[in-house]
Amino acid sequence: MKLIFEKSVPGRRAYRPADNDIDAPARIPKNFLRDRPADLPELSELDVVRHFTELSNRNFGVDTGFYPLGSCTMKYNPKVTERISHYPGFVHLHPLLPQLPGGEMLVQGALAVLHDTDMMLREICGMAAFTMQPLAGAHGELTGSMIIAAYHADKGNDKTTILIPDSSHGTNPASAATAGYDVQTVPSDDTGVMDIDALAEVMNDKVAAVMLTCPNTLGLFNPRIKEICKMAHDVDALVYYDGANLNALLGRCRPGDIGFDLVHVNLHKTFATPHGGGGPGAGPVGVCEKLIPFLPTSVIADKPDGSYWLDYDRPKSIGYIAPFYGNFAVILKAYIYTLMLGTDGLERVSENAVLNANYVKEKLKAHFDLPFGQTCKHEFVLSASRQAKNGVRALDIAKALIDRGFHPPTVYFPLIVHEAMMIEPTETESKETLDTFIAAMIEIAELAQSNPEELTGCPRTTPVGRLDETLAARKPDLASLE
Amino acid sequence: MPFIANTDEQREQMLNESGMSAEDLFADIPADLRCERLKIGRGLSEQEVRRHMAALSDKNASGLISFLGGGFYDHFVPAAVDAMASRSEFYTAYTPYQPEVSQGTLQAIYEYQSAICRLTEMEVANASLYDGGTAVYEAVMMAMRITRRNRVIVDETVNPVYRKMLRSYTTNLGIEFVQTSWHDGLADREKIAAELNDQTAAVVVQNPNFFGCLDDFADLADAAHKHGALLIVSCYPISLGMVQTPGQMGADIVVGEGQSLGLALSFGGPYLGFMATRKKFVRKMPGRVVGRTVDSEGRGGFVLTLQTREQHIRREKAMSNICTNEGLCALTATIYLSLLGKEGLRELAQTCADKANYAQKRLLEIPGVTTHFPNRWYFNEFVLRLPVASAQRVIRRLLERGISAGFPLSRYYDDMENSLLVAVTEKRTKEQIDLLAHALEVSL
Repeated sequence: MKLIFEKSVPGRRAYRPADNDIDAPARIPKNFLRDRPADLPELSELDVVRHFTELSNRNFGVDTGFYPLGSCTMKYNPKVTERISHYPGFVHLHPLLPQLPGGEMLVQGALAVLHDTDMMLREICGMAAFTMQPLAGAHGELTGSMIIAAYHADKGNDKTTILIPDSSHGTNPASAATAGYDVQTVPSDDTGVMDIDALAEVMNDKVAAVMLTCPNTLGLFNPRIKEICKMAHDVDALVYYDGANLNALLGRCRPGDIGFDLVHVNLHKTFATPHGGGGPGAGPVGVCEKLIPFLPTSVIADKPDGSYWLDYDRPKSIGYIAPFYGNFAVILKAYIYTLMLGTDGLERVSENAVLNANYVKEKLKAHFDLPFGQTCKHEFVLSASRQAKNGVRALDIAKALIDRGFHPPTVYFPLIVHEAMMIEPTETESKETLDTFIAAMIEIAELAQSNPEELTGCPRTTPVGRLDETLAARKPDLASLE
Repeated sequence: MPFIANTDEQREQMLNESGMSAEDLFADIPADLRCERLKIGRGLSEQEVRRHMAALSDKNASGLISFLGGGFYDHFVPAAVDAMASRSEFYTAYTPYQPEVSQGTLQAIYEYQSAICRLTEMEVANASLYDGGTAVYEAVMMAMRITRRNRVIVDETVNPVYRKMLRSYTTNLGIEFVQTSWHDGLADREKIAAELNDQTAAVVVQNPNFFGCLDDFADLADAAHKHGALLIVSCYPISLGMVQTPGQMGADIVVGEGQSLGLALSFGGPYLGFMATRKKFVRKMPGRVVGRTVDSEGRGGFVLTLQTREQHIRREKAMSNICTNEGLCALTATIYLSLLGKEGLRELAQTCADKANYAQKRLLEIPGVTTHFPNRWYFNEFVLRLPVASAQRVIRRLLERGISAGFPLSRYYDDMENSLLVAVTEKRTKEQIDLLAHALEVSL
């Protein structure tokens, strides 16, 4: 398919700016002007519409089909949230308005959305307060790490290290390092959760925090999680909850009650906002009481008359981490979703997410290796090591699934499972869809025995086959310049 | 309304076939860690939630005639932008880890990277960062990686919010920050020259700067390069329809806020941080990057590439912790730029400049209203100095008349008590500008 630039026809137009009703043009001196216009494509509106429609046909989303991408919670994104995000009072609202004198009264509806989402997240997670500002999950981790640093600095603690399990998302160590911490990896035990003896060995006065997901990336709830929190607190280390897997716990168990001091929530996962082909997301961070003074500036507060205002006067705050109040339109969608679910709906989410995962796991465990067989939460991890002996690797299985109409699971992650395939069905998928997926996986497992070559040539139904990633990295072609 | 398909009967069947009971599902969570029922309330129907949200929307001011900018602008968005960006094959997908079923997203991002390079006249761009502020921060970190130095000079006419963000992010990193004040509306060359030394990693500037003034940084690029430092330029992409490009000026890293490229103001997000640089620095650049390659049959296609810089491979040694970025916003910007095209963007920029020029002239006719920077040129935003009364009071009065007159600079600059930053986009008509002038005159 041609690039949009290659479709350009000199002189063709799709758009004309509003009538210029000014007679005298601005005469900016030449040294401030570019020599020639930016070489953007020249197309009709239909050309552009056809181009992007064709591109969309080369994409696979949740609306296209089953998308069991582990740890990403690819649940259905309700359409009404898109509609409401375009309401005129939300879509055109300038973020600087509340910084104008009297301006807070012009944005009370928007501040109410932020305030009420904060309150609902407090209730769901058992935390004392949230900042809505972090713009993605990893951004929440970084914000959390900065809060951890501010807390220890305030107490005069000399802390250098954040402990992270070996099954963690890559963002965890990267975020801790970005905030200036050393990272120490804690191994998993043979049941798949953090090795508590190994943790005890590295727990000391230099530890600023332990950062982990629960359930972890294997979909396992650590039965000794409370002990882990206590071990950390005993050396005045904080415990950070990566909320990527919160979907499994909605209405069942709250990180704050377990003993976590900080939490981030991926609104684009648990709270059904669209993933957008790689964002925008939102990663609000919740904290326990003693960390409230360190939350980023500003904080939404309410007055006795029920109106909201923005508090910028926070001497212990870590400062500005986003230009304004977070990815507002994303938060808005999560708010609508939570309102529609209510208490009952949230409980049904976790129940069905966990049931769907266990159902698929039980149906597939005879056909693939299942390194950790206990009851899982929202996801589980299979290994393709058995198939790999016949030359069929996790990647081949992923590509064979594409030909059968499914988005593949997350593969080769977590790093602690050989030939990992991490499957998260989510609660919104029906039994019929799960059964079709199970049948396809079993068929693939059988083919891996009987006709492995059939699988190593997949996918065959897509506009392109397997792409040469080595070439892409060795000779980077990252832009079409004139 | 939890959007769940399975019936009670199906759930029962699934439990049976899994050899489980409903209680088993959460039996692994110790009893003392189970929570009580949440107090979220009854779930709402679509009709109810729409009614509730319409009421909240109505509590926000949506009909203001806006001259408020400050880095975030009220531009017109053609209908075809939202029509295409709303295709759910795009917006319900995730990061394109499986390229064969993600060629739509991947090619669009490659086109986005290309468009950003063409706009800025740089050689490579990444797939997006969160916003213009985090982009400035990532650019500074990148410059420190490249130069292996940790002293950074930041001009005070860079967006004050971005400067605050930069401070927050780098609190614990042992970086030496030097802020240089402005002179006659522009980055002070003498002060920067005095601060530049062989420990300096980068000089950070903005064009047009926060006061709206246009600058040419070619001399600063030379000065920085003489000391082995990099020049980081933050810019406003719509201005690049006509304004000199950072690439031509000799910038090493170009960043900015892409909200003006077809994204709604949406009370602060989601927005779009863009970043472009020189080819030689690509392996030090943070964030996702899409590259063009071929499949086994020689067909062209696109993949995420140079991933060994990233967190999912390098973990704590990654160039940045960013994972989810602003993919859909980058797609939206690409559609927007494709619709405007070469000539459309140029005309749009000229229209903004013309209207701002008219507005400034018109507003300066008001007795007592002056400008701080009579010698400066601007694109679509400028500073007015109001007589006696504080800008704060005038802004409040005009808001009562349905006009958002601009931003009071005193919020971020101590010595600019009476100054108003006024932005004019193509959406403002001559009539609205005259209305602003009239309202301002009677409010003084």
